[in-house]
Amino acid sequence: MKIHEYQGKQIFKKFGVPVPRGIVCKTPAEAEKAAAELGTKVTVVKAQVHAGGRGKAGGVKIAKSPAEAKEHASKILGMMLKSPQTGPNGQEVKTLYVEEGLDIEKEYYLGLTLDRATARVTFMASTEGGVEIEEVAHTDPEKILRAAVDPAVGFQPYQGRKMAFGLGLKGDEIGKFVKFCSQLYQVYMETDAALVEINPLVKLKNGEIVALDSKMTFDDNALFRQKAVVEMRDIAEEDPLEAQAKEHDLAYIALEGNIGCMVNGAGLAMATMDTIKLVGGQPANFLDVGGGASREKVTAAFKLILADPAVKAVLVNIFGGIMKCDVIAEGVVAAAKEVKLSVPLIVRLEGTNVELGKEILKKSGLAITPADNLRQAAEKAVASIKA
Amino acid sequence: MSILVGKDTKVVVQGITGSAGSFHAKQCLDYGTQIVAGVTPGKGGQLFEGKIPIFDTVEQAVKATGCNTSVIFVPPPFAADSILEAVDAELRLAITITEGIPVNDMIKVKRVLQNSKTRLIGPNCPGVITPGAKCKIGIMPGHIHRPGRIGVVSKSGTLTYEAVFQITNLGLGQSTAVGIGGDPVHGTNFIDVLDLFNNDPETDAVIMIGEIGGSAEEEAAAWVKEHMKKPMAGFIAGVSAPPGKRMGHAGAIISGGKGTAEEKIKAMTAAGIVMAASPAELGTTLVEAAKRANLKLS
Repeated sequence: MKIHEYQGKQIFKKFGVPVPRGIVCKTPAEAEKAAAELGTKVTVVKAQVHAGGRGKAGGVKIAKSPAEAKEHASKILGMMLKSPQTGPNGQEVKTLYVEEGLDIEKEYYLGLTLDRATARVTFMASTEGGVEIEEVAHTDPEKILRAAVDPAVGFQPYQGRKMAFGLGLKGDEIGKFVKFCSQLYQVYMETDAALVEINPLVKLKNGEIVALDSKMTFDDNALFRQKAVVEMRDIAEEDPLEAQAKEHDLAYIALEGNIGCMVNGAGLAMATMDTIKLVGGQPANFLDVGGGASREKVTAAFKLILADPAVKAVLVNIFGGIMKCDVIAEGVVAAAKEVKLSVPLIVRLEGTNVELGKEILKKSGLAITPADNLRQAAEKAVASIKA
Repeated sequence: MSILVGKDTKVVVQGITGSAGSFHAKQCLDYGTQIVAGVTPGKGGQLFEGKIPIFDTVEQAVKATGCNTSVIFVPPPFAADSILEAVDAELRLAITITEGIPVNDMIKVKRVLQNSKTRLIGPNCPGVITPGAKCKIGIMPGHIHRPGRIGVVSKSGTLTYEAVFQITNLGLGQSTAVGIGGDPVHGTNFIDVLDLFNNDPETDAVIMIGEIGGSAEEEAAAWVKEHMKKPMAGFIAGVSAPPGKRMGHAGAIISGGKGTAEEKIKAMTAAGIVMAASPAELGTTLVEAAKRANLKLS
């Protein structure tokens, strides 16, 4: 789960991580008032969407007066912000965050996430703040300082000092940075974050270390114990079909093709998409109905797939293991009838009682194209669209 | 012989009275697995299916039954605690089926495992099966398996079944099939299992199935190039997955251009693994790999 920058900063503040003063605004008038209230020479008007790359996309503007803040706000609010991290249509800006302007001396990058290779939460710090950090990671990996935290003892001051010296900080700045990191580690652990990223982290002319930005994502598996985080969820920022899928406990991701897929198991679902591409088609979605593939889930899955107007055919690929193929076939038939399926349906069943299952599909009276294996199913789905 | 589980495996089911635990414990029993105990705190003294004693703690189960392997069906909020309990009881193997354990919990578990006597399989995996020993520990459909000499190791549950089923349909069988799970922090990895297969006289060839995310496949490929003596076929799911999206498994995500299917396929091919273009061809690809190695599969 993702949250907005301003929400991330609220969390930071709670844990003692220094952030600029800021006010959340929904209208240009509020932005003007906020800028006046903050009272600094300049203020920054920032679009709040769940995507990075906002600055380059025109979603972050500096205002030299409250009137200018209002003017920027009126342009940014309602705009469709397009960055490499949004979809091709962009993301509508509905909320702004107006912040005080600060006297910045230098920008850095600081990130905290799981390093899967070591199974440890790992700090990444770099003097190359602000710019595309992934680019730096690619071209100059040695410019990124790392510190892996041992979960048994937690973050240690020496790890912070090593990074601070590596970044070229001096004197009091060292201690401030160590404290900053230690508090950030607390944020990460206590909120069950999956990523905490500050880009840029800044050193002010007065030597203070401040989080100028915040990007946080959370471990979905831990949301059950993170009530305060769940309350920050902004469903308007999520794909409506993906949000609907979550309600039914289905894993669904919209893609840009026209062949809807319904599969049991994440690996098989990905492999089904891959095979469609391999034979020249384009999958419309990733959808994992789970091991059970019950009638209720299959019905909900059909509804989700068909809600996408681009879908011209549906491919069902189920490996019946514990759940037998005849039971799955009955579910598919009932669900297809219930949603009055009008596009070609290609079904590949495999596993226990497969013959019984195929018989049920055949006798259903529905125009179902059976397939014997995954490649054949994909080929038939692609052919059905061209026909 | 086989790897990880065999005739001497005595299983305790943690979470045996829950819906998933009881259903699958019954399926495993029917397959022939030696389930000797169950654990559900507060239900000690009861019997499962009228014959399997239930205990309050894993320690009690070990003392009373000599169980050496645990299978864990405990719900996600309590699963890490259950794994640690199995580690504390010094079980040889803890197979964790539970899906959805918080990553931070697993980070702590992984740390404790470093100095322990327990090997963890999973979490979020189908489990381990050795058909020749009638030992099925997990949620895989038993009847699609057949005793044989092919090893299977996979991150993905249903793709493991695809591979197993194709092997069986070719008239061959499996020595052991291991699902290691696709979570970002897990116990046993590809290399651990490949090493076991490499040293198992009853395994002739191996199928390895990976998916996008992380770098476990690349690391395994490097190991294979150096050490693997047996022919291998492979498949990677997720060639068509867009970056930054989580595809069901927490692990199945490409970030920052790392963990792509292309990179993994390239590394595995370079290591001499014959790669299947589609999971429909896992079985035939294995036959091809064996042929190239002049090995007659039986």
